Amino acid sequence: MLQTQNLEFSYGQNQTIRFPDINCQQGEHWLLLGRSGSGKTTLLQLLGGLRTPQKGKVVVAGTAIKSLSATELDRFRGKHIGIVFQQSHFVKALNVQENLLLAQQLAGEKPSKERAVELLDRLSLKHKLHAKTSDLSQGEQQRVAIARALMNHPEIILADEPTSALDDYNCEEVIKLLKSQAIAENATLLIVTHDGRLKAQFDKSVELEA
Amino acid sequence: MFNLSWKNLTNKPLSLLLTLILFALGTGMISLLLLVNKQVQEKFDNNLAGIDLVVGAKGSPLQLILCNMYHIDAPTGNVAIKDVKAFLNPKHPLIKSAVPLSLGDSYKGYRIVGTIHDYVDLYNGKVAEGRLWKNTYEVTIGASLATDLGMKIGDKFDSSHGFVMDDNLIHEHDHKFEVVGIFEAGNSVLDQVILCSPESIWEVHDHDHAPPALETPEEEHNHEVHHHEDHDHDHGDHSGHDHAHGDHSHDGHDHDHAGHSHDKPAVTTAQSLLNFPDKDITSLLVKFKARNFQALNMQRSINENTDMQAATPAIEINRLHLMMGVGVDALKALAFLIVFVSGLSIFISLFNSLKERKYELALIRVMGASRGKVFFLVILEGLLLAFMGYLLGIFLSHVGMFFMSDYMKDAYRYNFKAWEFMPEEGWLLLAALGIGFVAALIPAVQASRTDIAETLTK
Repeated sequence: MLQTQNLEFSYGQNQTIRFPDINCQQGEHWLLLGRSGSGKTTLLQLLGGLRTPQKGKVVVAGTAIKSLSATELDRFRGKHIGIVFQQSHFVKALNVQENLLLAQQLAGEKPSKERAVELLDRLSLKHKLHAKTSDLSQGEQQRVAIARALMNHPEIILADEPTSALDDYNCEEVIKLLKSQAIAENATLLIVTHDGRLKAQFDKSVELEA
Repeated sequence: MFNLSWKNLTNKPLSLLLTLILFALGTGMISLLLLVNKQVQEKFDNNLAGIDLVVGAKGSPLQLILCNMYHIDAPTGNVAIKDVKAFLNPKHPLIKSAVPLSLGDSYKGYRIVGTIHDYVDLYNGKVAEGRLWKNTYEVTIGASLATDLGMKIGDKFDSSHGFVMDDNLIHEHDHKFEVVGIFEAGNSVLDQVILCSPESIWEVHDHDHAPPALETPEEEHNHEVHHHEDHDHDHGDHSGHDHAHGDHSHDGHDHDHAGHSHDKPAVTTAQSLLNFPDKDITSLLVKFKARNFQALNMQRSINENTDMQAATPAIEINRLHLMMGVGVDALKALAFLIVFVSGLSIFISLFNSLKERKYELALIRVMGASRGKVFFLVILEGLLLAFMGYLLGIFLSHVGMFFMSDYMKDAYRYNFKAWEFMPEEGWLLLAALGIGFVAALIPAVQASRTDIAETLTK
């Protein structure tokens, strides 16, 4: 479902990062551990097609990302990959529901209010459907971001440090949520983190060297 | 997409408002200028009525035209009928028609014009109700008077001296003017005048003023103006009129108070005017048979050899347009400056909002929007701004025109149409959208070039 081979990325000339090969099957939950500066976020961006590697290849759901044109890649990402960022950002001018529907529209899918309601319901946020995103608490924002990542039934969910700003309780909650939602969608989940607290909850993990 | 652009704009109402108002001011001003210019020009052109020459007392030629053709300015003075009788000769080789006008009185700001029935034909006037004036003190009124003053057939009124509304200047006579007919509205000067026979004007004035028309031995003028062929006619007419003149002045002075003249059929043709060679008229509106060399020469001859002047409406109106043109051009330049600044303000507001929304745009890319889509999104915002500004501007300009037409009506009795739209406004829309597009271009290019990963990492 998600594979990398001989992946290399360089910032400038003398700062090249080599990544270990990854091979995740459908429905598996992976943890990508590494200290700050180890290139965790870069790897996530390579996997999500947000950056292009200098060497090696990324295959997502059977498609080599390199073979796609820029526009195709944008659309492909929107359809097949759900990304949850460290900090949740939304289109401020839109409310919760509109932000969710936007994810479908931009991926070229038909917007479905039922899907938005269903996901928010699963994340116990149904009552915030018409709220402004800026009025939500940080935890709620994180949950809406997860809902947004799930809108298009992605095969792969990438999460970048989803728990770094949260206390133990909320940390556990978010991870539980991500796992349960990934299971519900039968999606591959890959969490990038430096948070050692998560180790115990994942049996598959890759460790990045600094 | 459209929805997203719209929401992005309305999310910042104050900055939206500022940009809109600026843009609306610019487009509104241009549209108002176009409107006024067009309608003024239309008024002037509609009322040219094929008149080739206006003959009247010496003074400013523009004033002569404005006063006698458009009823805006004050008269330059009067000329005696005997001085212009050559023009009234139906057998004149160059002149197709000559319509005399006697001005000097008004009613509630509307001018009373003493003239003959030919005047109505100049403007293709049709009587909507009643009939044309026949006897002294009978008047046929323009459509505006009926609609704005609510005047109707059978109404009687006192005229006032001069052209301003002033109670002190109202003539009080035994005889009041009586409305016998109303013209159809025709979008010409006929809409705003009160027509009567020249005698009605004379009689009103004979009461209040010294007898007019000093006997001046200026018979030569006619000869000079008139050259060769017409000598015979001139003399023939002249001798015929001396009698009539005697009769009439007698009649006028003795019996006016008794009101005899009221029952007497008034002057309704150019010919019958010749019966009163010592009376004054304000001007003659002349149409040539052909605009040839001789006809052109006639104007010069009148101006050089007589105490009268002749002016060509087309030339004077052209001069007026040129003079107004300077002011219009200055306003236009100002309007374009405002449009430029408003374009700049669209640019700045988009540019600033993009800085704040950089992360949002990256997010939109992550969710599947291509560079092209992001580009389009920003362009759409620019176009939307321009379109809304344009709508507001057009609305403002027509509201402005509405108030302006009110003012013009009070000042000149001229009607302007506030809610008439022009093809130029369509072009203005295209220009506005063009400005919106250009202003959004740089921000749009920048937005589409943003590197998602870099932006998201920050």
